[in-house]
This record gives sequence, C-alpha cells and structure tokens, in this order.
Amino acid sequence: MVEVLIPPQLRRLCDGEEAVEVGPGTLGEVLLQLQERFNGVYDRLCQPDGTVRGSVLVLVNDEDVRFLRELQTPVRSGDSVRLIPAFAGG
Amino acid sequence: MKALKCRECSREYPLGATHVCEFDFGPLEVAYDYERIRQSLTRDKICSRPQNMWRYRELLPIAGEPTVGAKVGYTPLIKADRLAARLGIRELWIKNDAVNYPTLSFKDRVVSVALSRSVELGFKTVACASTGNLANSVAANAAAAGLHCYVFIPSDLEQGKVVNSLVYGANVVAIRGHYDEVNRLCAEIAGKYGWAFVNVNMRPYYAEGSKSMGFEIQEQLGWQIPEHTVVCMASGSLLTKIHKSYQEFSKLGLVQSQGWKIHGAQATGCSPITTAQKAGLDFFKPVKPNTIAKSLAIGTPADGFYALKVMKETGGHSDDVSDDEIRDGIRMLAETEGIFAETAGGVTVGVAKKLIAQGKIPSDSSAVLCITGNGLKTLEAMLGHCGESRVIKPSLREFEALLASDQAEAAS
Repeated sequence: MVEVLIPPQLRRLCDGEEAVEVGPGTLGEVLLQLQERFNGVYDRLCQPDGTVRGSVLVLVNDEDVRFLRELQTPVRSGDSVRLIPAFAGG
Repeated sequence: MKALKCRECSREYPLGATHVCEFDFGPLEVAYDYERIRQSLTRDKICSRPQNMWRYRELLPIAGEPTVGAKVGYTPLIKADRLAARLGIRELWIKNDAVNYPTLSFKDRVVSVALSRSVELGFKTVACASTGNLANSVAANAAAAGLHCYVFIPSDLEQGKVVNSLVYGANVVAIRGHYDEVNRLCAEIAGKYGWAFVNVNMRPYYAEGSKSMGFEIQEQLGWQIPEHTVVCMASGSLLTKIHKSYQEFSKLGLVQSQGWKIHGAQATGCSPITTAQKAGLDFFKPVKPNTIAKSLAIGTPADGFYALKVMKETGGHSDDVSDDEIRDGIRMLAETEGIFAETAGGVTVGVAKKLIAQGKIPSDSSAVLCITGNGLKTLEAMLGHCGESRVIKPSLREFEALLASDQAEAAS
C-alpha cells in the first residue's frame, strides 16, 4: 500500500485523517483514489488542465515530483506521498 | 488589518495563525482598510515618530503596539558615488540593512512583525526555517521577548550564522539537507505543533515586514520612488514587498505616482527565478542549489511566481552571477563605499553591474541597491580571496622595508 500524508489544510475534507492508505499506480492514479474517497480533494491539488497546482508541493519518497515525472511518477507499494503547501519559507 | 485574503481566489479568513487557502493552497495576505489609513497617515505624522520601521505602523499587520523589535529599521540610505563611478551609472544609492538592528540583516524587519503578532495571538514558542539570517533574528528577538525558540537550518551553514543563533540560547536544529528540505519539514512541524513558525503559519504577517525597507527608501529619497531598484532573491518575497511598498505609498498619496522598475538578482548556482525571467517565462523550474550565496539558496522559491510577475509588470530585468562574481561584488562594495556585505550583497552588486553594462539599467539613470546582510557572518566566502595580512616584527626598520617594497611595486 501507499501512505499519503494529509496536510492540515485538507483534513476537514478528509474526515480529519492525517494519513491515508491507497493502492499503487502513477501519482495521478494515487490522487484519483484519494478523490474517490474524499470528493473534491483532486480539484484542490490539481488545476483544471490536470497538472499539480504550483501552490502545492507533492513529494514521492521525499523527492519533489517536478524533479521526477510529475503526475506520471510511479508510486509503488511501500512508497510515501507527502502533500505540502508551497507558500512557506524564505 | 481587515482580514487574511487568498491572493488567488480572494476568499477571506480570520486574522489568525494560518498562511494558505484551504481551497487552492494560495498564499494568504493581510488586507488593509486603505481608505481609513489614507485619512490618518501623512508625511508629517510619519516624520514626527521615532526613526525605526514602526513609523509606518498603520501599514504593518499588528493590532496593538509592537512588543518585539521596537527599534528595528531606519537603516542608512547611502549615496554611493564611488561605486556609481565604478559601475558606470549617474546616481547610485545603497540601502544598507547590513547594519540593521539587532542582528545585522533585513530579517529583523520581518521578525519584529511576526513575533509582535505571535505575542498578540498568545504564542509562547516561536520557530522558523532559515538559511541563517532569519534564524539569527528569530533567536535574538525571541530571547529579548522571553519567548521559547526553535530554529531549523541546513547543516552546512556558515559558522558565523550558526553561532549567531546559538548564543541567544535558541534550540538550533541542523538538518542534513538543503534549505528546501528544511522548509518542507518545518511546514509539517508547524502543522503538528502549536508553535508560531514565522515563515510558515505566521507568514502573512512576517512577509509584510519587508515593506518597511521600501517605505524607508522612499522617505529617505525625499518621498520619491527610485527609478530602478535591484533586489536579491531567495524566495522572491522581499522583491514583491518592496514593490508593494511603492504601490502603497503611491495609493496613499505619500509619493508622486510614477513608473519604477524592480530588478531581481540571484546566484547562478541557484537561479530558478532569473532563468525563467530571462527566458520570458511566467513559471520557474525548481533547482538543486549549489552556490556560496547560501542565504539565497532556495531552489523552490515560494514567491518566485509573484517575483516574476512584478518584474514583468514594472519592466524590470534580472540576472545571475557566479561565485567569483559574487566575491568581486563584495570587494567592490567594500573598497568603494566601506560596506562589507554578505554573499547576497555581492550578488546584488554583481547583477547591478551586469544590468548597467547591458543598458537594462541606463547609465544616465538612478538606482537603489538593497543590501540585506552583513559580511561578518559569511567570512568563509572571502577567506583567501581578499589578500592576506603581512606579519612583521614590532620594528620600525621592518615596517620601512615593507613600505619600500610596496612603493617599488607601485612604481613598477
């Protein structure tokens, strides 16, 4: 299974869960599984054109997916996905 | 202050410790009642107040009186004729935050706002993710305010910046990773613990403190907006807030509204914003930093998108400089104006030199360079790159021999 860590900003939408387990696939498929469980979550993370919002950092095993294959990044069983607001720091 | 407002979708939030919109993760910004401020804030009123950043307090986001950093700001604006001659420009000014109080960088501005607001919101523990200067300022100002403090830094920072946090008794946590990784960890810690992270959940207030640098520039220029301003970029936040300060003073009628250009400066070893700007793009591509300008080493700059927008809107440009050009910039500023800036200052001077040479800042114009930090904190960058002292015995004869050798060398 794949562990997806839910940031505080999405927890209200995700029944208060801090982490959720979903099946493996591409990152896009992982996010769609989240959407099936928590309606509306996909739109908060992705833009209408299907790309991840610039305001969200998505990390697969601690690496920014923009250095990988973005939504096509493979996510295997045992991997972790972190969703973090990008507007921080500096 | 009226509310926090999402910069993307304009949804409003209460004035608490929160920094992004729940709907699109857009950054929250403080909304002000400008009509009310316009009626009460005048040049005379500002001039009647003590010379620190709080003389513009109507435009800084705290509810009451400042409780932290009451003496921060109002750093010198120096007319830099000798550097102007070296760079080939008619008029040049240095806004020198290398001598900001108390920790010698512009970060004291943002921290005094963030911690004053944190106290108002009832926090007892404050924290930050930092490339060094911010950690120093949070540590010092928290100590003075009696607040518990954690600062998180990359483990490869300059010694000066590490000691300058430890000495105040702060909990300094060094992370094996670059700043972007420190930052992500802090975003998660901030979500889990009830602390005031100045540049995470307190960021809407924190970032506004940078405007004070721009307010001071305008007042010190005789209530004028400079034609050209060159600002170094890490997250890009300072550049956007200098721009906002010019917009606000214009909107309030404190300065004549006129065109201005804001230019951005980065190190080539970490130049996601300048690379995008030079390519004419609206979005940057994240990078893995590798530069001696560690205070600017943010590969995923939070405000990169907005900094690009400001440069585009104002007709500004940007460029980046190598490590050697950064050292040249530091030396040039030191040798011509007697100001020892940290590596970020070398970036600003080096990029200004390039933009003037390229005609992007015309040689017959006037420019302000924002110097954000002090060279005493990044000594490693200059060790072995600005000569060595010569050792002699306490003997007049030895000194005269040294002098004669200098004179012979000068004559040859």
